Amino acid sequence: MIEKLKKNKFLFEELVKRDFKKKYKRTVLGMMWSVLSPLLSLLVMSVVFKQFFGNRTPHYTIYLFAGNLVFSFFKDSTSGGMSSLMANSNIITKINVPKYMFLMSKNISSLINFGLTLIIFFLFTVFDHIPITWRFIFLVYPIICLIAFNIGVGFILSAMFVVFKDTQYLYDIFTLLLSYMSAIFYTTDSYSPMVQKAFYANPIYAYITYFRQVVIYQDVPSLKLHILCLGYAVVSLFIGAMIYKKNNYKFLYYM
Amino acid sequence: MKIELNNVCVRYITGDFTDIGLKDYIIRKIKGTYKVKEFMAVNNVSFSLEKGDLLGIVGSNGAGKSTLLKVISGIMCPSAGTMAIEGSIASLLELGSGFDGDLTVTENTFLRGAMLGYTREFMNSMYSKIIDFADLNDFQDRPFKHLSSGMKSRLAFSIACLVNPDILILDEVLSVGDGAFRKKSEAKMLEVIRSGTTTILVSHSLEQIRRMANKVLWLDKGKQVDFGPTKEICDKYQAFLNGKQ
Repeated sequence: MIEKLKKNKFLFEELVKRDFKKKYKRTVLGMMWSVLSPLLSLLVMSVVFKQFFGNRTPHYTIYLFAGNLVFSFFKDSTSGGMSSLMANSNIITKINVPKYMFLMSKNISSLINFGLTLIIFFLFTVFDHIPITWRFIFLVYPIICLIAFNIGVGFILSAMFVVFKDTQYLYDIFTLLLSYMSAIFYTTDSYSPMVQKAFYANPIYAYITYFRQVVIYQDVPSLKLHILCLGYAVVSLFIGAMIYKKNNYKFLYYM
Repeated sequence: MKIELNNVCVRYITGDFTDIGLKDYIIRKIKGTYKVKEFMAVNNVSFSLEKGDLLGIVGSNGAGKSTLLKVISGIMCPSAGTMAIEGSIASLLELGSGFDGDLTVTENTFLRGAMLGYTREFMNSMYSKIIDFADLNDFQDRPFKHLSSGMKSRLAFSIACLVNPDILILDEVLSVGDGAFRKKSEAKMLEVIRSGTTTILVSHSLEQIRRMANKVLWLDKGKQVDFGPTKEICDKYQAFLNGKQ
């Protein structure tokens, strides 16, 4: 068992290195760009909604950034993860390796990106005169839940992509819809309490809300929100893992 | 280090589903034109090998040779029958798989080694030997895609063979590189086999099988025609081929 884990660890490290090198093409600029690009889109959104639409939400830039931060991590990780099986089809059909490795290594790249953006997020909160308190420790919780949630969704999507080659296009449309439903650039205050509750049916909204409550409202979220965040992660991971386990030997036929 | 297969069958499905999308799938389901064909790629194959055996598998194209190797390597699982395999397996089903064109030769060597299940310590200690055997000392920092196809094959072969696995599986990969390397690789193979490795070899060269194998399995359209000592089976197969012409 220990021997097996050790072997898999070596493979995992090598795959992470490969994905990392391929993604950034060994350039510092490549790595900077992946941080710069969400910042630029934040800048655009901030200017549009503050100057043109006159949004007066307090700490609006941070509000927007929190939404963007969580959503782009989700999108980056899942759309990257979607192709993880197909992109390695020549390996999967010829060498006996655990298939979940490919998704995991893709997720590491997204996680590094997220980590870098998170540091910039904290810098922004300081510029915006938001004190960084001990409560920020609580952010570890939604991040871990989100990682698990992303991996689960990645399992499901990568399996779907093996079978249906148009999953990519359908998922693009889906994420666009999801981004509008995640209250990234608007607040839900003006909606009725019923509708406000309905927003929580969207896992990403739950994770974004957790972030905002800790950072902007300097509050520890309710127990309910904790359960919800964990619940989404567990369900997604469970479904994804079951799909992989059940179809482990079937993916081959579609490649 | 034993391999035993009892009545192994593999059902393979093919059809027009490999390149369709969700939209096509729904439309075809409604119209009732969605079809999946099933066939037995490997049908009722049984044989057993002892430590140090070299099994040659012969048969025409589509006989199920590669599918059988995939089952033994653990990439596919048999839909019926049982098999027992003891020992570590290194399989070379295709030389290029697992390599990435953008990475350097060194990086690819470690990546491929990791995929074959070796540990980092092991690869560290074997690395220079692998590069020496493949004769790629001057190319270590080159991107893999800049190598010639012969060089690529040499590297793949060296990684798989210099590590003395318990079981080695080779699919049409011995005829790689130039004449000199081919001789070197065959000599290396024989050395590996003599050290006690159990080997399974698929080759279209009957002459090569006669020279190297001590047991032969003959497959035809998935079915096992015969299994036995090299000379006997090869003679029968030769007669069968001559009769066909």
